[in-house]
Amino acid sequence: MNINDFILRFSEEFEETGNLNKETKFRELEEWSSMHALLILAMIESDYNIVLTGDEMRACETVEALFLEVEKRKN
Amino acid sequence: MALFSIPNVSIKGLVSTVPVKEELNSEYDWGSEREGRLFVKTTGIAKRRIARDGQCASDLCFSAAEKVIEGLGWDKSEIQVLVFVSQTPDYITPATAILLQDRLGLPTSCIAFDVNLGCSAYVYGLSIISGLLQNGGIRKGLLLVGDTSSKIVSKKDKSTAPIFSDAGSATALEFDENASPMHFNLQSDGSGSNAIVVPDGGARNRINFDSLKMKAFGKGVIRNRSQMIMRGLDVFNFTVQEVEPNIRALMDFAGKELNQPDFYIFHQANFLLNDRIRQKLGISKEKVPYSLHEYGNTSCATVPVTIASEINKELGKRKLQMVLSGFGVGLSWGSVLVELNKVYCPELMEVD
Repeated sequence: MNINDFILRFSEEFEETGNLNKETKFRELEEWSSMHALLILAMIESDYNIVLTGDEMRACETVEALFLEVEKRKN
Repeated sequence: MALFSIPNVSIKGLVSTVPVKEELNSEYDWGSEREGRLFVKTTGIAKRRIARDGQCASDLCFSAAEKVIEGLGWDKSEIQVLVFVSQTPDYITPATAILLQDRLGLPTSCIAFDVNLGCSAYVYGLSIISGLLQNGGIRKGLLLVGDTSSKIVSKKDKSTAPIFSDAGSATALEFDENASPMHFNLQSDGSGSNAIVVPDGGARNRINFDSLKMKAFGKGVIRNRSQMIMRGLDVFNFTVQEVEPNIRALMDFAGKELNQPDFYIFHQANFLLNDRIRQKLGISKEKVPYSLHEYGNTSCATVPVTIASEINKELGKRKLQMVLSGFGVGLSWGSVLVELNKVYCPELMEVD
């Protein structure tokens, strides 16, 4: 699993990706809406075959935290 | 998994009804136009139907029932069972099914009762009424499935209002020794009960003054305790893990291949989710019709609404093998493999 691939796939769910990086607190993005939470969950499910719970998602603040959560579940 | 078959019961008619009033998601008060666009793109829901004041699920089902009885030329005195499945009954008590028995002029020898289910309603409902009809002791029955979710949802809650829509349906079933058996796979998991819930109004939390106080739970999410909470991420998590194995197990049990059925009718949750299920099952798009775009999530009635709005002409023409699948509130889910042979199914009807 590669964090750069993850960041790329994450940013594809947004219209204005801007300076999305691993430290980005995604919920603070201007564009962020609750639909994005669903889209990201769906992306993780289809790309990595991991289904995070709502609580697990809510516990992640940054893109990196989300990546690490997925990586943890994969191993 | 509850895997079982019910022989000797045929679906003879299916009528589905929606209220006249239409609401467009493009006119909903989104935080931003972009958010609205993303919602429609992700969920697939552009329009919804909203029952007028004083119009209940029972009314929508009543009209559907009258139509199916007339269409089949049934004698009302021969109808021996009526099951009403809904989350929005007319009253806490008495059961709406019994009120409908009277309104429809069915004999007092008719069995009538309610079942409280939402998304899984139609599949569960089919198993319940078919179970009662399979031995021939009672021979004709009506399954009425409908909801007016708009009455239990906050208009100011963007996580529910743009999703839910109202509808009713009536399915006529008959004892038939020549019928192909229906195969079912039904499941439940109460540990997920918080995924979709209306906190106040039952016996646990009776309606009180606090029940009606509107509270904000984030931007654009304002509701009170007598209104529905839907935790979308939890619903997604459950659905994406449980629906596909349930259907695979059903088809295994029935000795059929996944590509054999003519149609798969899924509960109309949202497009992103439904299409993921379709992909996981490896089914082609042509076999999976949607009513989601025009009619939204009509809760327990999504399966009959989709059949009536999208493929009603097919039902009258030829024998069809279909998988129907409902999943959601409870958590409760199930699927059925059913054969429909020349079923009376008029186009989706509007009811004022």
